[in-house]
Amino acid sequence: MYRYILRRLAFLPVILFTVSLVVFLILRLAPGDPAQSYLRLSQIPPTAENLAMAREVLGLDKSVTAQYAAWLGRAARLDFGRSYVTGRPVIDEILHYLPATLELAGASLLITLGLSAPLGVAAALRRNSLVDHMTRGLAFAGVSIPNFWFGFLLAWLFSAELGWLPPLGRGGPERLVMPALSLALMSLAVNTRLIRASMLETMHHRFVLYARARGVPERMVVWRHMFVNALIPILTATGMHVGELLGGAVVVESVFSWPGVGRYAVSSIYNRDFPVLQCFMLVMTAIFVLCNLAVDIAYVVADPRMRLSNQAGRL
Amino acid sequence: MIRFLRRRPLVAPALAVVAFLLAMALFAPQLATDDPDRTDIGRKLAPPSLSEPLGADHLGRSIYSRLVYGSRASLGSVALIMAGILVLSFTVGGASGYLGGAVDGAVMRVCDVVLTFPTFILALFLIGILGTGLTNVVIAIVATHWAWYARMVRGMVLQLRHREHVLAARVAGASAPGLAVRHILPPIAGQMAVLATLDIGHMMLHVSGLSFLGLGVQPPTPEWGVMIGDARQFLRTAPQLILFPGLMIFLSVMAFNVLGDALRDHLDPHLAQEHGHGH
Repeated sequence: MYRYILRRLAFLPVILFTVSLVVFLILRLAPGDPAQSYLRLSQIPPTAENLAMAREVLGLDKSVTAQYAAWLGRAARLDFGRSYVTGRPVIDEILHYLPATLELAGASLLITLGLSAPLGVAAALRRNSLVDHMTRGLAFAGVSIPNFWFGFLLAWLFSAELGWLPPLGRGGPERLVMPALSLALMSLAVNTRLIRASMLETMHHRFVLYARARGVPERMVVWRHMFVNALIPILTATGMHVGELLGGAVVVESVFSWPGVGRYAVSSIYNRDFPVLQCFMLVMTAIFVLCNLAVDIAYVVADPRMRLSNQAGRL
Repeated sequence: MIRFLRRRPLVAPALAVVAFLLAMALFAPQLATDDPDRTDIGRKLAPPSLSEPLGADHLGRSIYSRLVYGSRASLGSVALIMAGILVLSFTVGGASGYLGGAVDGAVMRVCDVVLTFPTFILALFLIGILGTGLTNVVIAIVATHWAWYARMVRGMVLQLRHREHVLAARVAGASAPGLAVRHILPPIAGQMAVLATLDIGHMMLHVSGLSFLGLGVQPPTPEWGVMIGDARQFLRTAPQLILFPGLMIFLSVMAFNVLGDALRDHLDPHLAQEHGHGH
């Protein structure tokens, strides 16, 4: 098990290096001359002299490899350049907006895990009952509802009509509920479905029968024996939810004027503020990769079968 | 067939919704009551009425007509995305599985790299670099989703390559392209069709989300996500402006999801586990 974890950790720099290479290459796909747009956005007249200066500032006069090396060197020191619009270091701005996004995505993850477990378990235990049908209906509708539309429906009902919750902005749990729910809906639906299926599968294992035969109380059988085992396939899905939540946050933040990185990144798309965009991309991907790594390690730790085998899991 | 439909009561309505959507997209000029871009300040934010069944938006444009024309952007872009993904994944994944060796190794590494990224964020980044617009949205979604499909195609090719009927055809002297077209492609195409149908709803949500953010379809072209984005200031005064386009997205996505699920269960129960869910 430790060898597996070490190997995964050792692989992390390779992944991050590849990610940086891909981001750098995509940046070069941008149409138009970066020096020109730099000048336009900095509101400097594009004379030949200024263009040459901009090229030098941006390092465009060097070879691609040299540019990448320089870029990577700066990136390693968390220097992603300055925003074309505000002129401030990009990393500072991203880190300024990041906590709001993490708060939103974290709350959504908690809602996802916290609600899908009881719903999925209840549905599986009372198969074909009303609870089951309702849970399945909810899970089914949940994957089909656009999160931004759901957000507006919530805002319309609870803010405009009932006046229970403030419609916009960040601060306090009463402002977090609606964005977090809209963001969580998709993952919640998927996870509930997975837990239900996983529980139904675990239910028929011999160890469940054996636990019952030993006279273990039913509640213990359900949570300690069935649920814990049913959770193992869910763990992998959690990694995917993180990606879904980080992406969805971009959309939901826009609905609720949530001051997070997603909304900032979208405005940087309108402004063609590439330094902001690349930093956003790198930071979000790093978070995603780290979460998946944590999930994979948790998976090995949680599943004794994995713990025993030497060549655990996929890489 | 009848029994299948009876066992799955949602399939018939889902088929109806899809047929309805296709009809909308194809016959938009006939079905619309008005030019979707014609503004008429006199009926600004008009509520639903007999003359204008779903009301008018903040510029006095007919909501109904805009919804009808909006189906073109949604269905059209998803069709393009699926075509792009399937062509790319069949060539790349097929070549990878069929040729094996170094090609296979290289292709699979590239797929791994693409799959390292959170898809929506990568798509957002690509659009940011390439520029906004529906074409770039399509390119970005294809670029972020093909790898998963290519891996599936490769896996299926690897499985099929050593099946007896393929080996027999080979022994009988079938040429490599002949082999691919007659014995490898057909079974894969069926399974891929199921996977693609299962993903159509997911793609529609992607496209409408990006359009809502103002990154996809550019105004004044009608699109459901854009309509919701345009109507956001009027949530309090005219919630129907947000309600109707959202319902269209919701119903279409749900219809495709129902069909995908039914197809999967019907053709290949095993795929259920492999496919997992949104990615």
